[in-house]
Amino acid sequence: MTFEPKIVGFLCNWCSYTGADLAGTARIKYAPNIRSIRVMCSGRIEPTFIMKALYEGADGVLIAGCHPGDCHYQEGNYKALRRHRLLKRILHEYGVEPERVRLEWVAASEGERFAKIVDEFTDQIRELGPLGIKDSLAEAMKDDIDPHEADKEESGVANEA
Amino acid sequence: MKLKGGIYWGAGCGGCDVAVLDIHEKILDVAEKMDFLFWPIAMDFKNDDVRAMEDGEFDLVLYSGAVRNSENEEIAKLLRRKSKTMVALGTCAHIGGLPSLANYHTKQSILERVYSETESTVNPEGTMPLERSTVDGNELELPRFYNTVKTLDQVVDVDYYIPGCPPVPQQIVNALTAVFNGELPPKGSVIGAGTKTLCDECPREREEKEISEIKRPLNMIPDPEKCLLEQGLICLGPVTREGCGARCINSGAPCRGCYGPLEGVHDQGIRMISALASVIEPKEEKEIDAVLDGIVDPLRTFHRFSTAASILRRKKI
Ligand code: SF4
Ligand code: SF4
Ligand code: FES
Repeated sequence: MTFEPKIVGFLCNWCSYTGADLAGTARIKYAPNIRSIRVMCSGRIEPTFIMKALYEGADGVLIAGCHPGDCHYQEGNYKALRRHRLLKRILHEYGVEPERVRLEWVAASEGERFAKIVDEFTDQIRELGPLGIKDSLAEAMKDDIDPHEADKEESGVANEA
Repeated sequence: MKLKGGIYWGAGCGGCDVAVLDIHEKILDVAEKMDFLFWPIAMDFKNDDVRAMEDGEFDLVLYSGAVRNSENEEIAKLLRRKSKTMVALGTCAHIGGLPSLANYHTKQSILERVYSETESTVNPEGTMPLERSTVDGNELELPRFYNTVKTLDQVVDVDYYIPGCPPVPQQIVNALTAVFNGELPPKGSVIGAGTKTLCDECPREREEKEISEIKRPLNMIPDPEKCLLEQGLICLGPVTREGCGARCINSGAPCRGCYGPLEGVHDQGIRMISALASVIEPKEEKEIDAVLDGIVDPLRTFHRFSTAASILRRKKI
């Protein structure tokens, strides 16, 4: 079976989500791999959301906001850009390919461009392969056990991931 | 009747035990209310003494240190079974602490570094520690060294958390007093700390200034009155729980984040990305990158104390 990437998209309400909507009403075909979430502004997207998405099984995350200068709240997309530049450095250190998190500016009129970005990004993630954070974590902890655990009956509620 | 208490250290430095002793003469008040039946760093007890106790016999156990090997985990589970209330004492038990920086490596790479690569290692035979070995016909065993360092609540159920590396002694007193008076908040709460950010208790002056250059304490003498972050130093105050009395800040050093994240924040280090992004001045990619180049090792700087409790928990293998 070929690998179908799971992509979470955080789209700002005023430009990018409207752009995605336009792609829909114009019946432009694009990869079905993206699960879009509408947020009010790209500046609302906490890096925590992105890390949670990656942890929970997303193979890639797309953040889309208004073009510079067009943010409905003036500065939100600049904040998004700065967060993104910093997050990429951190992802790299985690052993996660920074390309898995992509930031794009998509205007309300750019339905076609939105579709193209999603297609391209999906191909790129398909090439990178599954991220598999939870599997990797389980693998990294599989031998972290008390070698004598079996011959004991200790209590205590494990609170593992 | 006198309460029964225990104090244990897992993967820690002993600083939390010292912080308990640092409550000075108040330790006498504590000793009046509670007998210590187990405290390896201070008195001679054996694990078997604990095994011989009834389940739930301890009224209170303070566990400091992270869970780094199978012995830490075994004793954590044993103490959990023997105690009514179990408290994670200090940053390592709470969120992993400095020992959990090891989660950016693997067991293998750490052993290689320590037993063969370091500049001071002389080990021509390449001797590596083994879980089992035979010496003079006797079989010896070491606890299993884990690949991933864990917080206490990743292996047992924890009732309360006292943060800090180490916790401020007065906060330990406050927490113990709450235990003695039965004035404990809901299970799972952080006790012995505030609820706001360190910036809220920080005496330094903020001017809503944006920063266009990141600096390091070794290259500058900070203004003693002004916010360190606004002077370009990486200060984790905005993402750290108050409670320490801003002790680093008052000594001129930026906060490293030892009191852990605020209520409801899962990942203190990732939260720092947002905090920093809000105060950096440039708007163009290249200029932003030039500012960010000034942060030496952002991942470990932001997660210095909280790697084990972070969302990803470790470097991907
Ligand atoms: S960032 Fe640091 S120095 Fe500035 S107010 Fe907050 S705790 Fe104080
Ligand atoms: S200033 Fe920060 S690092 Fe220093 S003791 Fe307080 S919380 Fe810990
Ligand atoms: S409203 Fe679109 S990025 Fe702020």
